[in-house]
Amino acid sequence: MGMEEKVSFFKDGLRLDGRRADELRPIKMEVGVLARADGSCYMEMGDNKVIAAVYGPREVHPRHLQEATRAIVRYRYNMASFSVEERKRPGPDRRSYEVSKVSREALEPVILTSYFPKSVVDIFVEVLQADAGTRTAGINAASVALADAGIPMKSLISSCAAGKVDGEIVLDPMKIEDNLGEADVPIAMTPGGDITLLQMDGRLAPEEFRRALELAKTGCQQIYEIQRKVLVDRYSSISGSGSCDQAPALAEDEIHE
Amino acid sequence: MDHKDRDVVVPGDHLSDDPKKAGEGTYVKDGRVRSLLYGMASSYKDKVRVIPLAGKYVPSPGDTVIGTVQDIVFSNWIININSPYEGLLHISELPRKIEMNEMSKFLRIGSSVMARVKDVDSTMKVELTMNDRRLGILTRGRVAEISPTRVPRLIGKGGSMINMLKKELNCNLFVGQNGRIWVDGNDDDMDLALKTILIIEKEAHTTGLTDRITEFLRAEKEARS
Repeated sequence: MGMEEKVSFFKDGLRLDGRRADELRPIKMEVGVLARADGSCYMEMGDNKVIAAVYGPREVHPRHLQEATRAIVRYRYNMASFSVEERKRPGPDRRSYEVSKVSREALEPVILTSYFPKSVVDIFVEVLQADAGTRTAGINAASVALADAGIPMKSLISSCAAGKVDGEIVLDPMKIEDNLGEADVPIAMTPGGDITLLQMDGRLAPEEFRRALELAKTGCQQIYEIQRKVLVDRYSSISGSGSCDQAPALAEDEIHE
Repeated sequence: MDHKDRDVVVPGDHLSDDPKKAGEGTYVKDGRVRSLLYGMASSYKDKVRVIPLAGKYVPSPGDTVIGTVQDIVFSNWIININSPYEGLLHISELPRKIEMNEMSKFLRIGSSVMARVKDVDSTMKVELTMNDRRLGILTRGRVAEISPTRVPRLIGKGGSMINMLKKELNCNLFVGQNGRIWVDGNDDDMDLALKTILIIEKEAHTTGLTDRITEFLRAEKEARS
């Protein structure tokens, strides 16, 4: 690796796609996109495209997984074979098992599973197009889909990553920054700031880590506002379908400076 | 930010600073009342509650439901009641005495029934009964299915909506708390009834719905005659 030509991640203080270091990629969300699911949400975070479907609470099959006093939560994260440049072999693999597990654990703490003993809440997340940050996009979409399904929750969950490229901490790394950068820190949290997912790939000094965490938190806060808006707007008209197509609030004001 | 009546709220939204006001669909954390659900905030009897916009039916004793027979085991019919939990209808809960080997003569797999939830225990075993004159086997008419969260709107305040529908639609209506509605009448009336029910489901979150539905029915009837 060390011999390779060095890529520069910044040009005139901006990133390769024109973002500042503390800026999210444009976000698009739509809720209630699937008629057969109890709750659903489609989300784009930059070039990531994911769709989440929620079923339940419903009867548990196979039966032995049933819990007598609470609902169980199952989360399946799956990448479509066409979601990446080189065709991905379809089906679960080690990575998707891990992502499914941490994503489930990111959402489970806010779900009131004790309300529905002996049942299951199934969450399916399909990645249609991947561009770094698919697990965070999946969690954001799944959280909105859970609300849409009428599942009782203490709050929504918002998720986003921070990374390090060229020695600088950046928000929401895109593919090239993730692949060639020095670190990637995806987090998920409640709007109150309780963290339910925290992972790190690469290396950061303690001080850098603290800054990355703070930056990712500000990203989550911006995403939360969009999640909330798309849910509220859905019922502000009779039509019953909601969508939100906007750059994160912070980014939008400052583009026109 | 305090929420007004009929505001759409999402889980975690702040509703009130007075823990005594916590009603259905809310929880209290650090002395603040917050929403548990995606739904509409609503104040009633100095409580603030959240009316859900979606969700599954959870049986509770006293509810009337419409179900279909899924299976027959020992002395029970297993009834699908459009819920995560299945209902059990014991032979002794029918108005007349039935022998165990004759169960499928009365209710076969696929038969529809109106029943009442007799009891739900902590393991979510749901016992049903048909021991009431208003309950029974459905042999005629049609069944519509809507989200169980919209049932209160279909009934209306003190039954205002459902009574209006019964009068205007010229149909017999039976509303199950599980979101299934039995409609009986002549074909044209049933067509209109089902259409109306689906409109109410879709617009349940809007205000002045009963008036609009009355207006809609008047227009439909005029077009027909």
